[in-house]
Amino acid sequence: MKQRKLKKLASIFLASSVLVGALAGCGTSTSGGNSVSDDSDTIKIGANLELSGNVASYGSSIGDGATLAVEEINAKGGINGKKIELIKVDNKSENSEATSAAIRLAEKEKVVAMIGPATSGNTVATVSIAEKYKVPVVTASGTAPNVTENKDGKINDYAFRTCFIDPFQGTVAANFATGELGAKNVAIYADNASDYAKGLAASFKETILANGGKVVAEEAYVAKDVDFKATLTKIKSANPDFVFIPGYYEEVGLIVKQARELGITVPLMGADGWDSPTLVDLAGGDALNNTYITNHYSSEDPDATIQEFVKAFKAKYNEAPNAFHALGYDTVYFLKDAIERSGDTITSVGIKNALAETKDLSLITGTFTVDKKHNPVKSATVLEFKNGSQVFNSKVNP
Amino acid sequence: MEWIQQLVNGISLGSIYALIALGYTMVYGIIKLINFAHGDVFMLGAFIGFYAIVRWDMHFILALLLAMVLCAVIGVIIERVAYKRLRNATRIAALITAIGVSLLIEYTVIFFRVRGASPEAYPEVLKNKTIDILGVQISTQSIFILTVSIVLMVLLQFIVHQTKIGKAMRAVSHDADAARLMGINVDNTISATFAIGSALAGAAGVIFGIYYTRIDPLMGILPGLKAFVAAVLGGIGIIPGAMVGGLVLGVVETVVSALGYSLWRDAAAFVILIFILILRPAGIFGKNTREKV
Repeated sequence: MKQRKLKKLASIFLASSVLVGALAGCGTSTSGGNSVSDDSDTIKIGANLELSGNVASYGSSIGDGATLAVEEINAKGGINGKKIELIKVDNKSENSEATSAAIRLAEKEKVVAMIGPATSGNTVATVSIAEKYKVPVVTASGTAPNVTENKDGKINDYAFRTCFIDPFQGTVAANFATGELGAKNVAIYADNASDYAKGLAASFKETILANGGKVVAEEAYVAKDVDFKATLTKIKSANPDFVFIPGYYEEVGLIVKQARELGITVPLMGADGWDSPTLVDLAGGDALNNTYITNHYSSEDPDATIQEFVKAFKAKYNEAPNAFHALGYDTVYFLKDAIERSGDTITSVGIKNALAETKDLSLITGTFTVDKKHNPVKSATVLEFKNGSQVFNSKVNP
Repeated sequence: MEWIQQLVNGISLGSIYALIALGYTMVYGIIKLINFAHGDVFMLGAFIGFYAIVRWDMHFILALLLAMVLCAVIGVIIERVAYKRLRNATRIAALITAIGVSLLIEYTVIFFRVRGASPEAYPEVLKNKTIDILGVQISTQSIFILTVSIVLMVLLQFIVHQTKIGKAMRAVSHDADAARLMGINVDNTISATFAIGSALAGAAGVIFGIYYTRIDPLMGILPGLKAFVAAVLGGIGIIPGAMVGGLVLGVVETVVSALGYSLWRDAAAFVILIFILILRPAGIFGKNTREKV
């Protein structure tokens, strides 16, 4: 009982101190964000990451990628002679912690830019802080559209991202289907319970129709289903030459298996929601042949700069970099490019303006230009499953 | 062709419902209890089979038998610990206890599993071949499911109608007090009923795992409810009713999906339940008996 009271007291204290901090921030930061004074020789960049909690693997991967990039830049003399100092703060994979971490970075550490949390939800929790302190936040892997654009369609001025957004993968899949595979009559089988899948399905359909294709069947399933045979039989009788299945691996694994059992032999395709070893366990390597996914990047991409990155990463961490590592690495270079273009005095507002004007920047996960909605327009990588392992297939431009 | 294919799909799904429904119906028939923990015994069967195959490298037929035996034991334990002392309590008390047992089993499994509630993928124990008959794709697994289900149902019919314990079960179900007066050990008969019903659920669990691949600690909830609907549809307490009810439900769900209303599939089962309760509460095979006052 006593302990509970103490906890309560502590939380009230914490909450009020955060509030005071926020109010204090209001008073000091109206002048226009943080800046690096000319006689300082370091540029402080914050990293508000999931280093513990349920998505700790995402956050720490981004942190590792970012650390490698910072070391590389500093070894080459930094930016305009100033070294980058990366300040990592753990947000424990929680929204409220992400908010207070952002306040701490902007208010106490006076960073000029923040690498945002890994997930969309945690990033959204930091967006208002970024606006208030006029310090840009760049998420490496928050793919939901609402990170950079709020419900009313207003752009969040200080929010950016390195990854593409969810619906974009649908566009890529459609272009791949009509372009590379020559598909004309496609079927869509989407998870009806997730916004992610619905967004992908909508943009896929739009692009297919624009490319002159036809949608011969459009079906939906609900997460946790196990029997998909009835709907798959229906899809089969519509004779599609390509099936798009946006969803997560737990259901997709069963769908792929049952589709092959029913004699659906045409190419199947999905997006990064398929990316899990469990998919291979559920579907089996044989059934997964002739299926494709879109993803941010592949460590098997033969591109020279990518292979250089893979080599450098392996030398430091002794493992092949995954998509989160690559995105974390890219986020630092994305910021570096903006800082270099932001003018003689480095200010957080200047960096924000430069980020929004980024054009044709060549990075590991693709060459990109930031669009009006602060989303990068960049290529996606298409991977093909061959006997249960992902093999690099091609890069598709938007 | 498409419709024959859909019929095959529906029968495969329906035979799993039927196997689970049998346990529901037998238990209800004998102690008038809707055993909501039955779906979780089904889940335990799936996991026992999974560990037997993956950890102990057992042949899947042996794994199936092991799951049946262990589930029978679990069923008897549940009956002895939770339900026996409530035999003279109100029906609602027994029902609430059944829901409690169901939750206890689910969360105990989640608590003790290293991987918590995350799903497990069944290994491919049957080399799955697809046989093409006039454009209808029948997988060897569906044939296997059907065969095992039919064998188990025939076996059950034999036990109930040809053996002494079966005769005792029918007698207790008809009138427990009179049966006791005739020298039948009612407690043992009830335990036997739970054992047989749970063994069938365990078998259904293993078959489900082999056929649908993915198993998780909460997998028993929905099939359990569907099987309950199947049992009511056929006439709860009547064994052939459960089989027919299961098959009908499987086919109906498949037809609903095939017509393009896949999102309404789960709703269809419960709409059937509502209509059956309004129009013919005794079920397809039930006789309308007047309640004794």
